[in-house]
Amino acid sequence: MQFRATIISNQEVSPGYFRMRITAPPELAGAQPGQFVMVRVRDAIDPLLRRPFGIFDVGTVLSEYPGCSSATYLELLYKVVGKGTEALSTYHHGDHVDIIAPLGTGFDLGAPEEEKILVGGGIGIAPLYYLAKSLVERSRVRFFLGGRTRDDILCVTEFERLGVETYVATDDGTLGDRGLVTEVMERHIREDGRKKTIYACGPMPMLKAVAEIARQTGTHCQVSLEAYMACGMGACLGCVVKGKDHADETPDYRCVCKDGPVFAFDQLMWV
Amino acid sequence: MNRPDLSVEIAGIKLRNPVMTASGTFGYGEEFAEYVDLEQIGAIITKGLSLKPKAGNPTPRIQETTGGMLNAIGLQNVGIDAFLEKKVPFLRTVSTPAIVNFFGNTVEEYAELAERLDKIPEVAGMEINISCPNVKHGGIVFGTEPKAAYSVVKAVREATIKPVIVKLSPNVTDIVEMAWACADAEADALSLINTLTGMAIDLKTRRPILANVTGGLSGPAVKPVALRMVWQVAKAVKIPVIGIGGIMTGTDALEFMLAGATAVQVGTANFLDPAASERIAREMEQYLVESGISDVKELIGALQV
Repeated sequence: MQFRATIISNQEVSPGYFRMRITAPPELAGAQPGQFVMVRVRDAIDPLLRRPFGIFDVGTVLSEYPGCSSATYLELLYKVVGKGTEALSTYHHGDHVDIIAPLGTGFDLGAPEEEKILVGGGIGIAPLYYLAKSLVERSRVRFFLGGRTRDDILCVTEFERLGVETYVATDDGTLGDRGLVTEVMERHIREDGRKKTIYACGPMPMLKAVAEIARQTGTHCQVSLEAYMACGMGACLGCVVKGKDHADETPDYRCVCKDGPVFAFDQLMWV
Repeated sequence: MNRPDLSVEIAGIKLRNPVMTASGTFGYGEEFAEYVDLEQIGAIITKGLSLKPKAGNPTPRIQETTGGMLNAIGLQNVGIDAFLEKKVPFLRTVSTPAIVNFFGNTVEEYAELAERLDKIPEVAGMEINISCPNVKHGGIVFGTEPKAAYSVVKAVREATIKPVIVKLSPNVTDIVEMAWACADAEADALSLINTLTGMAIDLKTRRPILANVTGGLSGPAVKPVALRMVWQVAKAVKIPVIGIGGIMTGTDALEFMLAGATAVQVGTANFLDPAASERIAREMEQYLVESGISDVKELIGALQV
């Protein structure tokens, strides 16, 4: 659906990272974890295109007064990387943005008895919080969070508050273990023979490492991809990735916006 | 005052209003059905079609630029078999005319596509792409060389009795010469402009941003060029001209009509505002009401120079 949203709050949670809460229609509470939204930052031609953001959280605040309606909100977590996010970061309570949501195919929540391993790199944690919220009621959830430095490690407390066991790794060791988050995760994956499902979102090198671990250990794994896109609804074909059967003569391109952004890792071509 | 008449006709295709959706920006219509009332627009032009499915270019394929965007999709499409099987059934459910855009690598391929589409009742007309700048053999030769354009349009003309629209490339020295060649080959209408070849560079990596190096520029940035070319072509040919290039509002669309366009196509605007085509038609109507104009056709070519 398309709607005009009012900004409730827009706070810098770490240098260059913002968490924005906006109003949303009640139907949005049915969004699946892993789905995304397209934001038109300004009603102008610069920036021209909408920007895609993973859904960080959706919720409904119940009214304390009888007769007053409850209010649904949508939260986005974003990093300032260019014109669009820069403009977004200047918005305050009461400002408006135009939203198309929910879009794409989200995460499959899998079998409750299987342990869930969440892996996020930097801003890649954005779609994992709403996922963790949905998973934690039914499964054991461990969350592995990596970044270059401590400023790239976001919202740890929020995840812990959900009852998720959280592990942190940074490249420079300023927070948590020093090294790659995928190495920390791999140790936990291999520690016992129990079946697990991995959910990952982050930079491509991290996702490749996660996919390789999943392949070696025979673990189910879903990855959420980020892509440059113009429309978000499968028309521009700007955001495609190669599917597992891709060959020049028999193309197997998948739209990140529609077939994804979440894919089972074995449905994609990783080379 | 009664509601103004927004209807126009292109080569026998009756449009309830002059707003069509440009090929490649609106999928096969179905993708946008949730966001726009397809019964409120003039026509749907579907994504460029080829005989065989086409993989398209490597990524990155798109890049936003100031007031526009570059794309080098490379004509990725499902091919005519999948189109007929999977996309046509939806088009059947919409009363708005569907015009199928297509391209080939040879004159024979163009003719074969035209012949096959000729038999499909859901296809109201055809738009032939002789101007896509992205693929080596995807039409650039046909689109920049009047004789080649003539031969391909002629072959399509002989393969179908349905209306034939030729989409022209702006990447030529003299667009009027191209327009004449297509009109001589008995095209029913011309649509212009396709994208302008451009590029974007990343200073940090010292590399082009698009994997294809160059791409087609569209969006508001190209509108002045498009207006000029529509004006030049509309003066020069007797067949209807469809204006395309950076149309974002009803005002933009009406400017194209003043320049001589009988109808317009909305392209890039669909990406940022999926209901753009419906909104633009509404804005045109509003202008006519406010200006006391009873028929939009009064504005076609009404530019005073």
